[in-house]
Amino acid sequence: MTAPKTLYDKIWDDHVVDTSEDGTCLLYIDRHLVHEVTSPQAFEGLRMAGRKVHAPEKTIAVPDHNVPTTLDRANAATMTEDSRIQVAALDKNARDFGINYYPVSDIRQGIVHIVGPEQGWTLPGMTVVCGDSHTATHGAFGSLAHGIGTSEVEHVLATQTLIQRKGKNMKVEITGSLRPGVTAKDITLSVIGATGTAGGTGYVIEYCGQAIRELSMEGRMTVCNMAIEGGARAGLIAPDEKTFAYVMGRPHAPKGAAWEAALAYWKTLYTDEGAHFDKVVTIRGEDIAPVVTWGTSPEDVLPITGAVPAPESFSGGKVDAAQRSLDYMGLTAGQKLTDIKIDTVFIGSCTNGRIEDLRAAAAILKGKKIAPGMRAMVVPGSGLVRAQAEEEGLAQIFIDAGFEWRLAGCSMCLAMNPDQLSPGERCASTSNRNFEGRQGRGGRTHLMSPQMAAAAAVTGHLTDVRELV
Amino acid sequence: MDKFTTLTGIAAPMPLVNIDTDMIIPKQFLKTIQRSGLGKNLFDEMRYTPDGAEIPEFVLNQPAYRQSQIIVAGDNFGCGSSREHAPWALLDFGIRCVISTSFADIFYNNCFKNGILPVVLPQAAVDHLMDDARKGANARINIDLENQTVTASDGTSYGFEVDAFKKHCLLNGLDDIGLTMAKASAIDAFERKAAVTRPWA
Repeated sequence: MTAPKTLYDKIWDDHVVDTSEDGTCLLYIDRHLVHEVTSPQAFEGLRMAGRKVHAPEKTIAVPDHNVPTTLDRANAATMTEDSRIQVAALDKNARDFGINYYPVSDIRQGIVHIVGPEQGWTLPGMTVVCGDSHTATHGAFGSLAHGIGTSEVEHVLATQTLIQRKGKNMKVEITGSLRPGVTAKDITLSVIGATGTAGGTGYVIEYCGQAIRELSMEGRMTVCNMAIEGGARAGLIAPDEKTFAYVMGRPHAPKGAAWEAALAYWKTLYTDEGAHFDKVVTIRGEDIAPVVTWGTSPEDVLPITGAVPAPESFSGGKVDAAQRSLDYMGLTAGQKLTDIKIDTVFIGSCTNGRIEDLRAAAAILKGKKIAPGMRAMVVPGSGLVRAQAEEEGLAQIFIDAGFEWRLAGCSMCLAMNPDQLSPGERCASTSNRNFEGRQGRGGRTHLMSPQMAAAAAVTGHLTDVRELV
Repeated sequence: MDKFTTLTGIAAPMPLVNIDTDMIIPKQFLKTIQRSGLGKNLFDEMRYTPDGAEIPEFVLNQPAYRQSQIIVAGDNFGCGSSREHAPWALLDFGIRCVISTSFADIFYNNCFKNGILPVVLPQAAVDHLMDDARKGANARINIDLENQTVTASDGTSYGFEVDAFKKHCLLNGLDDIGLTMAKASAIDAFERKAAVTRPWA
């Protein structure tokens, strides 16, 4: 009888190629996702060393960070010269090295972490990496997925492996059910609020509990996506019937007998009774409220019913950091969060750019208009999400409300394309980072769920969505 | 990759906690297709006004710290994105070592791939080294990777932990792709087995 294993232990053990005397492992990588920003130097490294891509059939590339999301983007002039060079480099590298590719002109193009699951590249029990910290998203399928740097991108391209040491196991359990108006985004932000941005450093998080089981696959992706904001490289959720139903029939999912064999294996992917976790965090689902961030770190989370905190209420280095945040954000301690006026609303990103997110926001916006002077945009996570939203009539709801209806890409989540905030511009954003300058130099970001962002768009200030439904 | 053995240099004090990768190198500089040349944009938005003038208060703009090779930083340095442009920018500026109470995982790993040593020390040690760093060019901090020590200008020495494999690669400036390719037969064997046990992958 073997010792009980966590889900992470099982996936890890099934991918170890080689273990050195000092415990360093060579881990096999099943899927390597690639985008234009963190890959050019890696492909150049391969060329200089005369190396090939070891497993081009397991390598999937899509441009997403730089691409304009305006409807005229087929016109190359919509991109700056350096962005154009970076996207052109990916076009060429994909062609030269023979990897799977979804160019900007392909309807399947979108944010890499939305395209992977959508196309069935991401499957339970796999190891998935990408030169992007939000690779944690794919953990929603019970795959071990994490971000890597460009040197590691080159390493995976050349060898289909990574040199790794195993992380520690952390369990985050969300018991019970969520209350109405509370979403996956509120779960993941609340966890970070509770554990801090370094709370998961060195760990792989397994999210579990009734509230997690009750989430859709889209919601689970939102939760895992922000594991990295809690410091954990990877977050994962054991696959179940919802997972299998989502995967079945996707273009790159197994079919027929292969499906049956895969399913039998996937059903073994859960944490055994009695398996050891190095750290356990438990939060009652009923205790989670709709939340927003007030500062410049994703751990600066408060229920929307709260007020801006005083820096002195913190301790250690956080006192100065909180003061710096308030200065940057233009807020005063004691100010009610619902009194904070919003200039711009951004709905999209790998955190909240999926169809369910757009449905949730549209449900709030139906028959309403955005506040006067408000700038609001929806950027679907992929061309297919966009097409589906148009088919379901969601696009028209957004347009009627006064939103811009954009093409797919990372857009204002990190503002590498023209979608940026101006200095002092305050944004209700469904993205994942509220760092200084993240959405544009001097821009002020409040993170929240799509429902909450839609509510802010209507009222012009941070709003408790529960008052609008 | 350049070797890292010992280093004696000026350390810049950056006590702010949660210094993230967007602060280290803002996204507009990620559009390069090269590794070099990012040093001038290191900490760009903290270092320059929007019209490009230096902000004199920022530590690396102060005369005493322009030649810094070490940063002593607040907790959770390098949190945020996986962009290796962060260590590339540090290296291009001349930083070879960052000392903090903790680092974000991906950033920590990326440093080792670029000849930069991230050192984790307890709060009291970082506080002492932070005070030392505030003395500017009047204090030099010494780092000895072989012996795993950081020594302040007053001779106080602190031991630190580092993974044996990462230490080996850094001491010798090794390219780990080459090391892994030497294990090609193990990778082939794994792939043959996986083709049977997990053919859908």
